Amino acid sequence: MTGSTTLTRRVRQLCLGLLGVLLLAALWDLYKAFGPEAGVTVGEQTLVLPRTTDLAMPHTWEMLQRLTEPVTSARDAPSALSAVLDASGFTLGIAARGWLIGVVVGLVLALLMSRFRTAESALLPWVVLSQTVPLIAIAPLVRRWGSALSFGGFEWTSEHSVSVIAAYLAFFPVAVGALRGLKSPDRTHVDLMTAYGVGWWRSLVSLRLPSSVPFLLPALRLSAASAVIGTVVAEVSISLRGGIGRMVVEFAQSAGGDPAKAWAPIFGAVLVGLVAAGAVGLLGLALRPFALTEPVR
Amino acid sequence: MRAMTSAAIQVTGVHRVFTRKKDQVVALDDVDLTVGAGEFVSLIGPSGCGKSTLLRLVADLDAPTSGSIQVFGKPARQARLDQDYGIAFQQAGLLPWRTVSGNIELPLALHGYPKADRRSRAAELLELVGLSDFAQHHPDQLSGGMQQRVAIARALAERPRLLLMDEPFGALDEMTRERMQNELVRICAETGAAVLFVTHSIPEAVFLSDRVVVMSPRPGRIVDVVAVQAGGLGPSQDRTDAVRDAESFFHSVARVRELLHGAPAPGARGVEAR
Repeated sequence: MTGSTTLTRRVRQLCLGLLGVLLLAALWDLYKAFGPEAGVTVGEQTLVLPRTTDLAMPHTWEMLQRLTEPVTSARDAPSALSAVLDASGFTLGIAARGWLIGVVVGLVLALLMSRFRTAESALLPWVVLSQTVPLIAIAPLVRRWGSALSFGGFEWTSEHSVSVIAAYLAFFPVAVGALRGLKSPDRTHVDLMTAYGVGWWRSLVSLRLPSSVPFLLPALRLSAASAVIGTVVAEVSISLRGGIGRMVVEFAQSAGGDPAKAWAPIFGAVLVGLVAAGAVGLLGLALRPFALTEPVR
Repeated sequence: MRAMTSAAIQVTGVHRVFTRKKDQVVALDDVDLTVGAGEFVSLIGPSGCGKSTLLRLVADLDAPTSGSIQVFGKPARQARLDQDYGIAFQQAGLLPWRTVSGNIELPLALHGYPKADRRSRAAELLELVGLSDFAQHHPDQLSGGMQQRVAIARALAERPRLLLMDEPFGALDEMTRERMQNELVRICAETGAAVLFVTHSIPEAVFLSDRVVVMSPRPGRIVDVVAVQAGGLGPSQDRTDAVRDAESFFHSVARVRELLHGAPAPGARGVEAR
């Protein structure tokens, strides 16, 4: 494939992506313009489409316009946009730390499970089970246990708790994806390594890790998304100020008088997700030599 | 038969029984086989006759249930650790993220050869298999036949005196296959390595081999050995395309076919009355 065709494809993808967003915005405003004020109900109670009042559905341009206005009526209040960006940066930082911890833990677990069959049968059910525990339930526990920790000058803060909770979500896709990847080399390759008389470590480095890359990349992306969600939810349940999570709750409270404001942190959350996915995409670019498909036979 | 001390492979009284749940499958039953240094021996037989199992035992990728396997006078395991053989499978098994040259260098890299040596050896081998122009290509840019040539070059990287080949041309089309066979004859003549070659093509086995070992399934046994060289085709290193039209070629092919189809043949041993 030549560079220019890749470039045109990229541009086309970008345009299609933007088109999708515009379409969504258009759909929103069209429904708002033509939909019934009371919404669409099925039977007596069930509302299947929302009310189209300004309170329930602000215009898309109002949402955008609101970003440029001051966040509160206080005199030196920054614009909503800069407040949202600050909060997004804060959340992204915590999510990144959580993602990193999750990736390391996930990789270590996958290595253990691929190395020892007992470890796989002992750990894998717990790994899967761990994801069924509601985040809200573990958040206070993590905070309590964390604050009981102290070594040297290190002090456990709520930010650490949120990172750990994000990691709790982020490690899962990596553990499962990396395990599949580490087990993916075909028999010929494994036999070859045996024939060369190389040990587990050498064959890990020269065969298993490179062949796990095509499995690892989607897992890392998924794990980045999980880390962002985990961070936002944990910020709410631990009541950590400064991030998008609390901002969503706070701004929602003012939705009665200022309906467009509640959307500002939601855009922030989308932004954080996009940046996280983009960062992992860059990582994928660096690992691309290993993401080649199997040779044709 | 050559003297035991010079034998590349010495298989004595080997059994291999696979146990799956309660079923026992006898993959190999009392197999004896000797491959002399520089000799080309093919294993042929229907699916499930244990020919690949036997090759894997020699390569120490699997262990016999009983019996002994010696490679150049050492236990198979020691021979594997000493890199006394090179191996090629039906699937080329090239690492897709390494270049052609990088794939050939793989065993050398794993065994700690200096980079300059690796480079020059890879160049030499690419010359041998006629792929010098493709050194920096990736495997997915090569045809199946070319990939298999790279796999053979890789098997030869450490100058083994024994090559183990498990249906290396099995996935290739007929024309490519014959060309690869001619090349293999030339490569063997140049390297002087002994070869244990698993195939299920009768003409391929006869064309390439000094001796063809015919096997039968359930339980896997050696039915008979057809001495192609003694049958008039001459040593395996000297074969050319002309051999494919020689009368003794057809004679040996017919003989192998007869043994495979289980017709009573004079001198056959171990034929089961089923």
